[in-house]
Amino acid sequence: MCGIAGILNLQPARPVGRSELEQMVGMLYHRGPDGTGYYQDETVGLGHARLSIIDIAGGDQPIHNETESVWVVFNGEIFNYIELRQELEKQGHTFYTHSDTEVLVHLYEQYGEAFVQHLNGQFAIAMWDKRAQKLILVRDRIGIVPLFYTQRDNRLLFASEVKAILPVLGERPELNPAALDQLMTFWSPVSPQTIFKDIFEVSPGEQLVIRNGELSRSRYWDWTFPEDEHYATGSEQALAEQLHDLLIDATRIRLRADVPVGAYLSGGLDSSVLVALIHHYGGVPLRTFSIGFDEKSLDESSYQAELIEHLGADHSRIQCGSADIAENFVDAIWHTESPILRTAPVPMSLLSGLVRKNDYKVVLTGEGADEVLGGYDIFKEAKIRQFWARSPQSAIRPLLLKRLYPYLDISKKQTLVYLEQFFGAAIDNPSLSYFSHVPRWITTAKCKNFFSAGMKEHLQDDAHEVIEKSFPQALNRWHPFNKGQYIEAKSLMGGYLLCSQGDRMLMSNSVEGRFPFLDHRVIEFANQLPPKLKMKVLNEKYLLKRAMGQYLPPSITKRYKQPYRAPDIPAFFGGHTPSYVDELLQPDVIDSYGYFDSARVGHLIRKIKAGRAVGYKDNMALVGMLSTQVWHHLFIENYQSNCLGGRR
Amino acid sequence: MSVKEKVRNYILENCLFTDDQSMLVNDESFLEKGILDSTGVLEIIVFLEDEYGITIEDEEMIPENLDSVSNIVKFVGTKQATA
Repeated sequence: MCGIAGILNLQPARPVGRSELEQMVGMLYHRGPDGTGYYQDETVGLGHARLSIIDIAGGDQPIHNETESVWVVFNGEIFNYIELRQELEKQGHTFYTHSDTEVLVHLYEQYGEAFVQHLNGQFAIAMWDKRAQKLILVRDRIGIVPLFYTQRDNRLLFASEVKAILPVLGERPELNPAALDQLMTFWSPVSPQTIFKDIFEVSPGEQLVIRNGELSRSRYWDWTFPEDEHYATGSEQALAEQLHDLLIDATRIRLRADVPVGAYLSGGLDSSVLVALIHHYGGVPLRTFSIGFDEKSLDESSYQAELIEHLGADHSRIQCGSADIAENFVDAIWHTESPILRTAPVPMSLLSGLVRKNDYKVVLTGEGADEVLGGYDIFKEAKIRQFWARSPQSAIRPLLLKRLYPYLDISKKQTLVYLEQFFGAAIDNPSLSYFSHVPRWITTAKCKNFFSAGMKEHLQDDAHEVIEKSFPQALNRWHPFNKGQYIEAKSLMGGYLLCSQGDRMLMSNSVEGRFPFLDHRVIEFANQLPPKLKMKVLNEKYLLKRAMGQYLPPSITKRYKQPYRAPDIPAFFGGHTPSYVDELLQPDVIDSYGYFDSARVGHLIRKIKAGRAVGYKDNMALVGMLSTQVWHHLFIENYQSNCLGGRR
Repeated sequence: MSVKEKVRNYILENCLFTDDQSMLVNDESFLEKGILDSTGVLEIIVFLEDEYGITIEDEEMIPENLDSVSNIVKFVGTKQATA
């Protein structure tokens, strides 16, 4: 990965200053510590911070076409660049580097704006067509690589991270109240909103074209599912073999690099599949990295150890405790640039630090398998709730909830009553487009009980209506399981897992993550599968287990799925409370920032200190509010010193 | 302080995070109003056991005993009387 930044004059004006570009790129040093490059003409300025992975010697950016009329800066990887280059050379294009970047300018010459359809990769691209005076900003299909933009003073400013836009914004940024409202419902703002007012992301699968001062947005790819149950046909065996072959190829092309490539190993099914694929088909040494937790209920080290022994990997592990999370939380928020509801991103930053210390800068991870192949509990819950909704008065149907949580004693009336209350939300409206997500969103939205009166005054639109408007019309014709997959891919995965917990934590230590399960060919294949092959009764990722189980010990394929978690409240109040926590949660500081009701926050803190805050809602509320306070402290209160002075 | 006042204050401060007494009606169902979930009920049980020195059995952890301020007050009264 790398970092890109740039400025486009939307009307004739003074040329973009080199110092402005340098300021922007300077904020992206962590994304690209290996070098910088710039392009400027009378209309546009492009900047690039490089993390060298392919064509170490010759891949410096910006890169241009033969006539120097098309220029590009690019963050990410084009995994099929070898095949694309061969085709382009046959079509007469002349290359001057061996990098994947250069295929972009020639592809654009060949196919125009449709060039992006030919790419298999993860990318954020800024392409300047000097002759047509046209800037194209485009982001990968899934949203692995970030890209943000805003318009100010007749200029379009864009960058890989918002912090690179801030130095040239010309004024102190503000929080976007609607985005915080959405984040505290869905875990992330609804794209293209960000937590920064008037700063937007290029949405996953979206292309922006800016010409003659006009900006047009178009979606070139999206998750789509069959209507009327027209799913892929073929035997289970045949479909499992197709998935097997696709995953081998998706992994193989993601091992392309001029530096060594490692892998994250959590001990769960997905990373284990990936590590097994590298072992059997990668042709590279197996080098793995993992994280362990002091808190035993969160730790998966025994599963990691079993697989390492099974496959013989060269493995490094880092141990994480509550104090590590508290100590690194502020830095993590500097990188997420967003409030978060759990501390889980912080250990991911420690893990990427371990990778970097071992002189690796690329890792493969199993992210995406749950969304693509049907692994999450939320899909199981929705399946049971759909079944229950067919007969809402049934006393028997909700007993299936037992299957979700085998460790709960549901024979107790109390437990079942409360599970019914939680999962029974919207049970009388199973055709609701977001039926699958209602229980989670209701729970998450409890964080908003802490909003101040002033904050509530700013909220005009109902968050549920906003997200529903972002869904494609076809969604209501999809199977309920597929609706849930779409919403999960667009909200939690796109808005949180791939950015706050993914790219940002990887790039905080200049490490690139690659995601074979998110190869668009894998997604397009999986989206055509009948839902029953993703979740057979309540057996999650059924076809993946069938396709890949041969490479894994049964203890991995049969284990109970453990969500990745890190300590939340105990990280800040378990023993030592860091001074920044005390300071940012003082009533006068809360009141002056203005987002939360200091009296309510005071009650929560007293509850925490009394040792009574043990539920998800209290944990999410505390982390959500603390991270918002940290965010404000970093980006608004200290805008001058951090964003103009260049905090690193 | 009466049981009712103590229970009300506990729920207001620890579940609704407010001092505003008008936010809690004694006969309102915690379940229906979304005031408590299963974790919240466990918190209430710990509070009642600590505060009143009673032990709440598994079979007593039901909405009839714990789903409103009035239900809790009645339940605690019964437990204290039979202790």
